[in-house]
Amino acid sequence: MNTEVTPEKVSVIASEPDPVLGYRSFQFGEFKFTRDAYFVHIEWPKGVHTMEVDRFLRAMVRDIGWGFFYGWIFFDDVFGTQNHYGTVDIYAGAYSKGHKDTGVDYLETYNTDDVRVAFETISTNWINEGYDPLSAPLETGSPLGAKQQEASGPLIRGFEPARRMLGLAGDVQPRSDETGHPINRAFADLDYDLPDIEAEPGFEEQIHAINLFDHIARADVTWNPSFTSITRACICCVTSEEHMLPVIHGNDRNEWFIQLTDEIHWNIQDKNSGNPRGRIVMKSGDICAMPADIRHQGYSPKRSMLMVLENGTPGLEEKYATGELEPFPITASRW
Amino acid sequence: MSYKTMVGSLDSYEKGSIELNDDLKHYAFSNIFEICNSSSPYERIMVASNLEYCAEVTRAEGASPWYTAPHDEFAIVMEGEIEFEFYQLEDDEKPANEAGAVRLAADPKGKRMGKVTARRGHEVLLPQGSAYRLTSANPGVVLFQTMAGPESVEKWSEICVLN
Repeated sequence: MNTEVTPEKVSVIASEPDPVLGYRSFQFGEFKFTRDAYFVHIEWPKGVHTMEVDRFLRAMVRDIGWGFFYGWIFFDDVFGTQNHYGTVDIYAGAYSKGHKDTGVDYLETYNTDDVRVAFETISTNWINEGYDPLSAPLETGSPLGAKQQEASGPLIRGFEPARRMLGLAGDVQPRSDETGHPINRAFADLDYDLPDIEAEPGFEEQIHAINLFDHIARADVTWNPSFTSITRACICCVTSEEHMLPVIHGNDRNEWFIQLTDEIHWNIQDKNSGNPRGRIVMKSGDICAMPADIRHQGYSPKRSMLMVLENGTPGLEEKYATGELEPFPITASRW
Repeated sequence: MSYKTMVGSLDSYEKGSIELNDDLKHYAFSNIFEICNSSSPYERIMVASNLEYCAEVTRAEGASPWYTAPHDEFAIVMEGEIEFEFYQLEDDEKPANEAGAVRLAADPKGKRMGKVTARRGHEVLLPQGSAYRLTSANPGVVLFQTMAGPESVEKWSEICVLN
């Protein structure tokens, strides 16, 4: 593999706007990013790759918001990032057999903040008012065509994590009408009552409950897990899912999915090769592990509610990478 | 266009499917309503395990034992109306185990902290330093975010899809 480690600061360099379409191109390290009316073109030494602009922007904005998440974020089968928690790899073809066999694969490592700034700069220039890559396709406009007015809203939203539990004093609050989050059209058929809380004097901060379904039903973003409750390093995230996960996620640890409502269809691939392993259909009440040696991508025909359990213990990725831990959660002696 | 949200229950759930060219044990695919249809009340069955952390599901029916844990836990009601009652732990009642829920040997002796009555979709904090008990007049389903401990029951071969 052609690998370039770039630990020093790298800044994104913008071109002049294209005279026809109005978008800028960007150079970041050895990668060059260009968009036209329909596609994004990514160039690197010895290679070039083309993606649909919608898919690219949906992936890039989430990658920023997730803080590059756990492990690998494949924008598609060729291009993506890997989080090393302080540095981030950007790769093209590094996990694609065809690219590797022909020697055109490439990977470069940057400081996390530099990648964040670069991705924010590119996304801001390429997202027009009326198109929101965090919304479901049925709820937003088109990213296609020439540059118009840049979107004025926040590039990322919905990522603020709870520290202990949603709704506690001093913690992140659940979504509500008051925060500007009405119940989504796809969950309008459910009833949303509040739990009955009776705290004795002096225990008002300890006796606590929320309507979690109400919080999820009000999400104005999709495929965007937000922390809701924390047990030491165990993070419970909830998210509303509609259409398709705009990335293929290859985790560096095991994670668990709990389907709260409706259903999601997951395509499963080998993490290193991308070869298909099969599919999983999860319906309400189903629980399934996503092992550390796969990639997964979900498809939600109707907006659904998903809970994700992550183990945020620092350094866990190294234990899986070195084989100290097996890449699946329930080891043989427990069956 | 109107939407119909599908939420499973003990009486009505539809399990998904898993079709993989891989060892299905690596995925530990199960369904909480199916599990609670065949489990004893308040058997805390592990359904997700991430090293020391886990999720447990329990069939809530009648009154549970009094539990405590040396860390925060969280309960999500997936079916039924469940009353959670809380008492502050006295020093000699604090759990000696490092992680996970444990039963109290007797009723709690400390101050009453309060109660929460929760229904489907509600999440309840089970705060560190408290004893808690669940009560449900009818069968319900509760999912716990917790750590593996003395009350955790592992029976993966019984609950998971293996072929």
